Amino acid sequence: MTAAMVSTRGSVPAIAETAPVLEARDVTIRYGEKTAIDRVNLTAPEYKITAIIGPSGCGKSTFIRAFNRMNDFIQGTSLSGDLLYRGIDIYAPETDPVEVRRRIGMVFQKPNPFPKSIFKNVSWGPIINGFKGDVHGLVESSLRKAALWDEVADRLDESALSLSGGQQQRLCIARALALQPEVLLMDEPASALDPVSTARIEDLLFELKKRYTIVIVTHNMQQAARVSDFTAFLDTGKMVEFGETDQVFTRPKEKRTEDYVSGRFG
Amino acid sequence: MSSTILESPRAMEGGTAAPDLRRKRMRSWREESIKAVLFLCALLSVAVTIAIIVVLVKEALTFLQSVNVWGFLFGTRWTPLLEPRSFGVLPLLGGTFLIVLGSALIGIPIGLASAVYLSEYATNRVRGIVKPILEILAGIPTVVYGYFALTFITPLIRIVLPGTNIFNAASASIVVGIMVLPMVASLCDDALRAVPDSLRQGAYAVGATHLAVSTRVVVPAALSGVMASFVLALSRAVGETMAVTIAAGATPKLTLNPLESIQTMTAYIVQVSLGDTPVGTVEYQTIFAVGMLLFVVTLIANIGAHRILRRFREVYE
Amino acid sequence: MIASLETSSELQRRRAKARWFRRLCQVLTWLCLVLLALLLVHATREGLPWLNVGFLTEFPSRFPERAGIKSALVGTLWLISLTALVSIPFGVAAAVYLEEYAGKNRLNSLIEVSIANLAGVPSIVYGILGLTVFVRWLALGRSVLAGALTMSLLILPVIIIASREALRAVPGSIRHAAFALGATRWQTTRHHVLPAALPGILTGTILALSRAIGETAPLIMIGALTYVAFVPEGPMDAFTALPIQIFNWVSRPQPEFHELAAAGIVVLLTVLLMMNAVAVLIRHRSSRDLQ
Repeated sequence: MTAAMVSTRGSVPAIAETAPVLEARDVTIRYGEKTAIDRVNLTAPEYKITAIIGPSGCGKSTFIRAFNRMNDFIQGTSLSGDLLYRGIDIYAPETDPVEVRRRIGMVFQKPNPFPKSIFKNVSWGPIINGFKGDVHGLVESSLRKAALWDEVADRLDESALSLSGGQQQRLCIARALALQPEVLLMDEPASALDPVSTARIEDLLFELKKRYTIVIVTHNMQQAARVSDFTAFLDTGKMVEFGETDQVFTRPKEKRTEDYVSGRFG
Repeated sequence: MSSTILESPRAMEGGTAAPDLRRKRMRSWREESIKAVLFLCALLSVAVTIAIIVVLVKEALTFLQSVNVWGFLFGTRWTPLLEPRSFGVLPLLGGTFLIVLGSALIGIPIGLASAVYLSEYATNRVRGIVKPILEILAGIPTVVYGYFALTFITPLIRIVLPGTNIFNAASASIVVGIMVLPMVASLCDDALRAVPDSLRQGAYAVGATHLAVSTRVVVPAALSGVMASFVLALSRAVGETMAVTIAAGATPKLTLNPLESIQTMTAYIVQVSLGDTPVGTVEYQTIFAVGMLLFVVTLIANIGAHRILRRFREVYE
Repeated sequence: MIASLETSSELQRRRAKARWFRRLCQVLTWLCLVLLALLLVHATREGLPWLNVGFLTEFPSRFPERAGIKSALVGTLWLISLTALVSIPFGVAAAVYLEEYAGKNRLNSLIEVSIANLAGVPSIVYGILGLTVFVRWLALGRSVLAGALTMSLLILPVIIIASREALRAVPGSIRHAAFALGATRWQTTRHHVLPAALPGILTGTILALSRAIGETAPLIMIGALTYVAFVPEGPMDAFTALPIQIFNWVSRPQPEFHELAAAGIVVLLTVLLMMNAVAVLIRHRSSRDLQ
């Protein structure tokens, strides 16, 4: 267990090996005139689950999308500060967003499988990124990692849209894992699902964190408390508190954090 | 089994080296060239617009070197192919105007009434029958309408009004009216359906009849959309060619009598093209002069209609 | 101060007026069906007697009994094939650029304005354009190719607009999913957006081509001959087309030729009906597949 990653300004790990996987330093994100994220600092350590919680509209989704440059598609967005992946600036001019997204995968709130077969959903990403090896084996191992293989092994050629909501979301996770990313960003992955599917996804997260660094946005506090190692509490674009989950939920340092986690607002 | 692992970016980089996130040159080059090709295809539309303007203006200007502008625009005799030659375009404009007027008298009321019926009164089943019928009417080629005008409508008119010429403006107008009414009906229908139901409910709640709600509440609320459809219909009538060529005649004259034969701008252009006018002569250039006039009139009408439509959309979206 | 309420007879009069209005709208709406029926019945009745295998396989002639539309039919086939070959790639490519790549700058606004205006330009102006650019400047003469190029320009705005609608209907979540997997814009468009939009694009294209089939004025302008007793063998050959032949026959004074024109109209409408049926079929099947 590495030392507490409470936000500190100015401390810059020099060697890539010990750099945190993801780091945000004084990040500000604007949509035109409106400021969505205001000078936020955060680090996501390797093989840990970092949760971002906060009331709706606080900017959680905007913030997490910045890590794989999905905000690039929204016109009028501007970003200042540094977003680093293993010490490298994600937003440097010579950085290719495609390379970033190969290493930092994303699962969305509403399952969005392609209207193609289950097999093609998982195999497409690696193939367009130049994978030349055993595609079947890759698809199977990705579906196994997403705890979906047993349910679909005999119908890989059927349309992904024939799966249930929970299965579709696990398919989306498998699809992201097929690229062998280092980091998995998850934007409220279970909020559109029923409780049983939600529980399965949460169990899946415990397995996944053995091999991946995960950052998860959730409006469900119990989920954050159950699943994550570190928690960041965001409110109206500002980082209120960031620390080990245990500490944030039982001995919060800020009053606003305490109000939120005890349900007094949001 | 070992090859099931995609070459993980980390593994490829040896696990400890800093990740290389820089642009891969080949992929970047390919993306840029694809984007450039697609862009050029889109730019084609601008090129076509410029080409139309250049072609028309060039020859029209040459024409105006031989013919006085005011004589052209305000002269009342159009005989460019017969001696003594005269290049006053008003008869052609008058012919077009007569057709447009007649078609508006037919197409606009029927089109609007159909739209009102479809959006305010009709059941979904009726809509399912009428809308396809309107689409079919809109899809019938103009030659067919010209044939219908000449062989069905003109004889009918001549039974009722025996003095009517075989070629007359009335039957062409009727048929052009039928041609534009699907456009009016469909655009007005969209406009009327875009009016929020809350407006209607409010009017019914104070005891208004269906008639009052339609005419005093819904249509006024959808007015810009409705007006835009009228202007577009008129523009379409101006540009209509084959029906008027077949049924309305080839005698340019200034008249308001729909039972006479006339000639529209479009029919004149067809007439000259069917003949053997040599390139470079003034007669040949009349194609472009009249064509320019036609283009300008329809352009103004279309821009006007789109402006009205845009203001309408802003209100409801 | 009590406002005077309506008397019951005034209310009855209001209701009567409303009923008459409704009836009027209803009558005028069904009038459209009546007009369509009149047109179709008239053309069919006049033309059917002349419709036989000979009609479809003979060339036009001075003698009505021996006249046929073979040259027109083949000419139309040539024309549509070449037009499709040219207009579809350019039209779909332009639509893809405008929907997937274009940002909001002045050049792109200019492109959009151009397309909207071109959609409203009368077809005869396209004929004038084709005559000058294709027949004269590019010296293609009165060939099928010149006709096809002119027609392509005519229906290009229609194809672009229809394709854009189809592309726009593809949900954004599919694009986001693809981007998040490290796909470039072209990879996303090619593998996911275009296939999903394909039924809509096909439908729009077929409808645009069916409009091109019926157009006469531009072809007259570029010199499609009205009396042709041969079929084109290559893109540079002279040609005629169905609507031109119909126009030619209608323009003659003898009533037999008018009836021939009706027969030609029946053939033309049948071709159009088949094309539209295909388009509707595609639309139905695709919306069924999505469910």
